[in-house]
Amino acid sequence: MREVNRPVAGVNDFVVKFANVNGTGSASANGLIMKTVFRMGVPVVGKNFFPSNIQGLPTWYEIRVTGEGWSARSGRVDVMVAMNSETYVRDLKEVSPGGYLLHDSSWAHPVLLSREDVTVMGVPLSELCAENFEGARARILMKNIMYAGVMAALFELDLEVMRSLLTESYARKPALVDANMKAIQLGYDYAKANFQTPLPMRVEPLQRTAGHFVMDGNTAAALGCLYAGATVGAWYPITPSTSLMDAFKSFCMKHRVDPETGQRNFLIVQAEDELAAIGAVIGAAWNGARSFTPTSGPGISLMNEFIGLAYYAEIPTVLFDVQRVGPSTGMPTRTQQCDLLSCAYASHGDTRHVLLFPANPEEAFYLSVQAFDLAERLQTPVFVMLDLDIGMNDWMVPDLQWDDAYRPDRGKVLDAQTIQKIEKFHRYLDVDGDGIPWRTVPGTGEKGAYFTRGSGHNRFGGYTEDSVEYQEVVDRLVRKFKTAAGMVPKAIIKGSGAGAGIVSLGSCDGAVLEALAVLTRQGIKLDYLRVRGFPFGEEVEEFLASHEQLFVVEQNRDAQLKSLLTLETAVEKRKLHSILHYSGLPVTSSFIVEGINRAMSKGEAA
Amino acid sequence: MSIAKPKISRPNLPRNSQGLTRRDYEGGMSTLCAGCGHDSITAAIVQACFELSLPPQSVAKLSGIGCSSKTTAYFVSGAHGFNSVHGRMPAIAAGASAANRTLHYIGVSGDGDSLSIGLGQLGHAIRRNVDMLYLLENNGVYGLTKGQFSASAELGSQSKKGEKNDHEPIDPVLLALSIGATFVARSFSGDKEQLVPLLKAGLMHRGFALIDILSPCVTFNDHEGSTKSYAYVREHLHTPVAADYIETRGEIKVDYGPGEAVTVDMHDGHQVVLKKLDHDYDPTDRARALGYVQEHIARGEHVTGLIYLGEGRRNFHERHQTPQQPLNSLPYEMLCPGSDRLGSIIKRYR
Repeated sequence: MREVNRPVAGVNDFVVKFANVNGTGSASANGLIMKTVFRMGVPVVGKNFFPSNIQGLPTWYEIRVTGEGWSARSGRVDVMVAMNSETYVRDLKEVSPGGYLLHDSSWAHPVLLSREDVTVMGVPLSELCAENFEGARARILMKNIMYAGVMAALFELDLEVMRSLLTESYARKPALVDANMKAIQLGYDYAKANFQTPLPMRVEPLQRTAGHFVMDGNTAAALGCLYAGATVGAWYPITPSTSLMDAFKSFCMKHRVDPETGQRNFLIVQAEDELAAIGAVIGAAWNGARSFTPTSGPGISLMNEFIGLAYYAEIPTVLFDVQRVGPSTGMPTRTQQCDLLSCAYASHGDTRHVLLFPANPEEAFYLSVQAFDLAERLQTPVFVMLDLDIGMNDWMVPDLQWDDAYRPDRGKVLDAQTIQKIEKFHRYLDVDGDGIPWRTVPGTGEKGAYFTRGSGHNRFGGYTEDSVEYQEVVDRLVRKFKTAAGMVPKAIIKGSGAGAGIVSLGSCDGAVLEALAVLTRQGIKLDYLRVRGFPFGEEVEEFLASHEQLFVVEQNRDAQLKSLLTLETAVEKRKLHSILHYSGLPVTSSFIVEGINRAMSKGEAA
Repeated sequence: MSIAKPKISRPNLPRNSQGLTRRDYEGGMSTLCAGCGHDSITAAIVQACFELSLPPQSVAKLSGIGCSSKTTAYFVSGAHGFNSVHGRMPAIAAGASAANRTLHYIGVSGDGDSLSIGLGQLGHAIRRNVDMLYLLENNGVYGLTKGQFSASAELGSQSKKGEKNDHEPIDPVLLALSIGATFVARSFSGDKEQLVPLLKAGLMHRGFALIDILSPCVTFNDHEGSTKSYAYVREHLHTPVAADYIETRGEIKVDYGPGEAVTVDMHDGHQVVLKKLDHDYDPTDRARALGYVQEHIARGEHVTGLIYLGEGRRNFHERHQTPQQPLNSLPYEMLCPGSDRLGSIIKRYR
């Protein structure tokens, strides 16, 4: 080991990145390391950059140890664990000056010596595995778990925490705990004997993860569906939304099955395609069940026709769009916020939809519940706009709270008894002046029967091709959309009095918050508006009006949030300056800081 | 346009066990062409629902897009109806059934809706065995867009303009038989005596009941050279079995000769009694049914009647192990695990 120079990173503040081959079990090793840091009380961020592939392609996992509790990527790599010879060159290039690179030294890698400002450490992982384990598959798997032991020595990770995590994971196969611990110990001992440990960047126990847990956003959203009382889910498998329905099913199998009869108080339709998935959701919602579909951009494209029907026929539907990189198949395992416009205006004809923008798994849970309430209250499709970063990465989440007094808002539904008391029921009549009519569920009784159609209809629910009758209904839908603006979750606003501000949404939040702190240290004071719903509420208009310079931070190429703002608010276009990140990896705080510095030095936005 | 039909109640009209007359099962006035086969089917549906004494609100009518799909507005006005999007009614039906398994779902579709744009959805509704009556009002032609061949038009059949169809047809009966449908029938809009009992049997069937109903299009496909015209269909019908009636268990009266009647048990204690017109035919033998239909197609004949009935396969809800109580009426307390359990769920993620 050659000491080069001191890294910038330090105690409880560094990034370690693992370059692996997918299908080799690296996820377990990397997850173990992340969870160990978390259990030691130190806030941690885990990001998985994986290929659209089952086995054999490069995959990376990035762990940021952040005692200060930031939730985004920093943009640095202090320690690279280079386990994939195919990507050595780029992995070495990515290490920040003063950083370290660990590799399997069972074979010679001259290319790894080509950087003077990186300390290269070799561990003969394959040789150690060959000497200590039997069988080709075990040797591959153990090689990964063995570097977890090396990490434990380098970063002073608690081996007992690792053991208890393994014991929990392999509760049914205790023999695996010993085998894994043996590999960890081998790696640990080798590092202790051959390197100066610990490294300057290491983990010191803190108490900052109490009251938190680690969960991905798809699981949190699924939990939201469970708690919202959703009974029907329909879907077609698509990355990165698949784990949402997997999690919903798994929660339901635990919490929705009658222990005596084995009957399931839920029904999940694995549809033949996304068209059928949204159709089943609409059918179930029309029939009075809370129903939802998780999908991603290509699925939204396929669902467009049905989305227009649900909008026009006013059927409450909940869609989760776990956004991935487009266009077309794009990069299915990479993240973006690229479906804002395609969801806001999904389907042909004049349509506008309610969108919710959770920033993290915690909000994914709460806004999922709210999505069902809003869909039923407003009788319209509601989109929960997740992305791969929120949906599939493990986040440190503050403990979720649940109010047992909560009851679903089923909206304006006339039941069989109420229907008898009114003179005549008309499906699309705006009796309350809020643009929202009353509805009935099939089976309510003959008096409540009506005909649902996507063709022209009048306010009584009858078929029409009459211009006046047609316009009356679509104009009411505009009133309803205005009502929605006062119901969607309010934007979060931070700071006051600055002349300039950042406008952002969703998973940009962590990086924006960190960037704001960095900019403040640089003497740049900015306010921050994070939109959480569409249509935009009054507070959004006010923020836009009261700031002269606005940096719109979002993760797509075409500035879709900026487009929505210019289309749907009174903001002057000249005030908006885009900071766009669309590489497919989650945006870093340093990217935003640099973007704002550059824009300010050019005076672009003023 | 949907025109309300005046309801005139005459005191002496026969009433069913719901106390309702046949007229109570009617809907809006049809806007289809005079003489359209679909209107005869609508009348047969009205008759079947009346005879089964279905409470109107226990029926849900679903359709896609097309002439046939319009007809859900023309029967049982006391039931909720849903005219959805082209070819996607089966998905709506699956979702609706998921939410409430107790309603009688009547899906009305056509050959364009079911065999072209919606072929995939039809196939998967059969595969799921969604509990519904699925009517395919089959005229071999696109009416609303003025006369293009549909996927059910026979090879060589002539259009009104004299053009010959150059593609082999997709036969919904063969399709349904081959992918495991549990109730497969074919009928003719002009044969109400056959159609009404089939509709009743289909409504009582526990699972997906497909009835392909040859329903001539008087405007675009009723000329010489068409294999779906009234004249052609009437001349080329072949019926191996007649589904005579359904009664509750214990009340079956059969006056057929020995070996002529086949009785099939249905759920809820109902039975279908089939009268064999062709002694070699067995409507519970799927492979035989497939062969039989194919043989007659080769002769240019339309096999009608209850072609296959198998009550054995699990339906949609049985596969999903849902409770008898509809999911849409389960109290929220049964669905939400509550705050204590949330705490224990989270604990597993620390």
